[in-house]
Amino acid sequence: MNLGRLRSIIRKEFTQILRDRRTLVTIITLPIMQLLLYGYLSSDVTHIATAVFDESRTPESRRLLDAFVNTTYVDLKYYTTSFDKVRSLIDGGQAKIGIWIPPDYAARLRSGRTAEVEVIVDASEPTSARTVLGIASQLGSALSTQLVLQQEQRLTGAAPPAFPIDVRARAWYNPTLENVNFIVPGVIAIILMFVTTFQAVTVIVRERELGTMEQLVVTPITGLELMMGKVIPLVVLGYVQITLTLFLASVWFHMPIKGSLVLLYVLSLTFFFSTLGIGALISTVSKTFQQAAQMTQLVLLPSILISGFVYPRESLPRVLQVIGGALPLTYFVIILRGILIKGVGLQYLWRQILPMVAIGIAVFALAINRFQKRVE
Amino acid sequence: MNERAVAVRAQELTRTFGTFVAVDHLNFEIPTGAVWGFLGPNGAGKSTTIRMLCGILSPTSGQATVLGYDVVRDPEQIKERIGYMSQRFSLYNDLTVEENLAFFAGIYGLSRSERRERTEEWIARADLRGRERVLAGALSGGWKQRLAFGCAVLHRPQMVFLDEPTSGVDPVSRREFWDLIGQFSEAGVTVMVTTHYMDEAEHCDTLAFIFAGRIIAMGTPEEIKRRQMTGALLEVLTPQYAEALDALASRPEIREAALFGRAIHVTMENGGDAISKLRRILADRGVEVERITPVTPSLEDAFVSLVERSAGPSAVSDSSGQPA
Repeated sequence: MNLGRLRSIIRKEFTQILRDRRTLVTIITLPIMQLLLYGYLSSDVTHIATAVFDESRTPESRRLLDAFVNTTYVDLKYYTTSFDKVRSLIDGGQAKIGIWIPPDYAARLRSGRTAEVEVIVDASEPTSARTVLGIASQLGSALSTQLVLQQEQRLTGAAPPAFPIDVRARAWYNPTLENVNFIVPGVIAIILMFVTTFQAVTVIVRERELGTMEQLVVTPITGLELMMGKVIPLVVLGYVQITLTLFLASVWFHMPIKGSLVLLYVLSLTFFFSTLGIGALISTVSKTFQQAAQMTQLVLLPSILISGFVYPRESLPRVLQVIGGALPLTYFVIILRGILIKGVGLQYLWRQILPMVAIGIAVFALAINRFQKRVE
Repeated sequence: MNERAVAVRAQELTRTFGTFVAVDHLNFEIPTGAVWGFLGPNGAGKSTTIRMLCGILSPTSGQATVLGYDVVRDPEQIKERIGYMSQRFSLYNDLTVEENLAFFAGIYGLSRSERRERTEEWIARADLRGRERVLAGALSGGWKQRLAFGCAVLHRPQMVFLDEPTSGVDPVSRREFWDLIGQFSEAGVTVMVTTHYMDEAEHCDTLAFIFAGRIIAMGTPEEIKRRQMTGALLEVLTPQYAEALDALASRPEIREAALFGRAIHVTMENGGDAISKLRRILADRGVEVERITPVTPSLEDAFVSLVERSAGPSAVSDSSGQPA
């Protein structure tokens, strides 16, 4: 590799990137837009419109409804006077939850019998439905326990007995179970994957479409020099983008940065290396920009779905897990979550490095091999 | 010719694309320092041949050497020693004049000082002064062409390949460009140039006409004109050119008749008084004639004559590929 030649290509690439203001603006604003969009989409569902038909109208029923409101998941928007009205509000989509408290609710409670409460959930959107159902049954058992203990105390006058089993669940790393903390590191990884791959494709295919590639291949330039010269400026661009998205994620979405930023930046290099290599490979096998763009989609789409970015990898069929193992994003998502949310160091993350480096070497070797200095 | 004196040697050089034969068993030699013109209509195989010689397109069969290196085995050796300018002036439109020159100088491995010195020198020589900071995309044809040429020769190649370097360029720039080519040739650089401007072909030491992938004539411009135009060339001015062409088409003593601007150029077998013979033929068919004058054959006449004969069904095989 001739360093002077490499330097000439790098200088030229930087000049072109900085001169193309429109693309530059896109490169900067696209990550911001994507981060905002995904960040908000992933926010937890709260304040769901709820219709209530309280036939009991007692302090007991009031207490139950307050308990629901306190979870912040429900918003008692409609107080109705018949069950049919609850039904029509849910049918019409104005309410997603209906709560019906029968007239004998308080009476049954007082006499020590089981009181029934009906909670209806619009489960056409299962994720929030599941959350609400979980909360409703938790609420039910919590209130029941409390009532049983109170009754016991009243009858016997003794102190409440200790629970035989006390499960103390602790949510580590993300104690408030915030979805944002799970999604945002993944979004950052996706954005970086998208932008770096696409840029690598663009800068190489553009040479071919403009005819300048024909001029380059009659010079003594080598495939390695050309690829490296194209990719190194994009690594710098990648670092600008990761800085931008991290900044935005922590300031706007209050995503924590628990681990070492230095480690994150060092490990990002292996990720950039592999994604830029994929871009380079795509650009050598496609003739037009159109083809290249389609092929890029072919890599990006599975990356989004099976890398563990949205769906936990463990829940995927075996085949998809294996395919996911060939995608650099899979490893980088683990690294990002590890450093940002868990705050762990290299001793837990080193396993993710090797696959990315291997993918990078493989795709670059293929790309350089495929890059014939010919025009065919 | 000995090896030092031969810059390019092609032997049975052939390239096919699927079933289409783009270049068909070419044989030729280009002497070192010559300006070698490659002429032919679009799609005749000029660019394909040049690409093979530059080592960026592999021949289907046959072989070629450039500056002593085989185009298949040592393309990289060739690339270091040649300059190539494609018909698209493959410059970076978003880089300035200076940046384009500096980039290609860097790619050819020139040192920083050489780069500065030669860029400076070319800017002066190609009359680009004052435009150093102008984007290449904003330059008009002539400037663009001289910039592209500069990018191809800054590393001082022993040979340059110019593929239609003057297409889309105004006449003044074309003449200036040929002056530049002349300077290179005088300095001992071998030049292979394709064009379809016949006036430009006159500047070449040797011309080769290529048609449908085959060289159909080769020689100095003078030789070609003489050899191809053995008959008498007459110019006929007539208001009834359609009738005139029709009348001439069937006559055996008329070798060719073709429209040339407002006039008809007629090639007749030699012997006798060609003018009066022609006048009689046209009069017999009732074609009104304004004037008939003998003309000195131009390369364009030779070219048209060659192509017409080659395109005809009988002529393709017998006039093919005879090296001079």
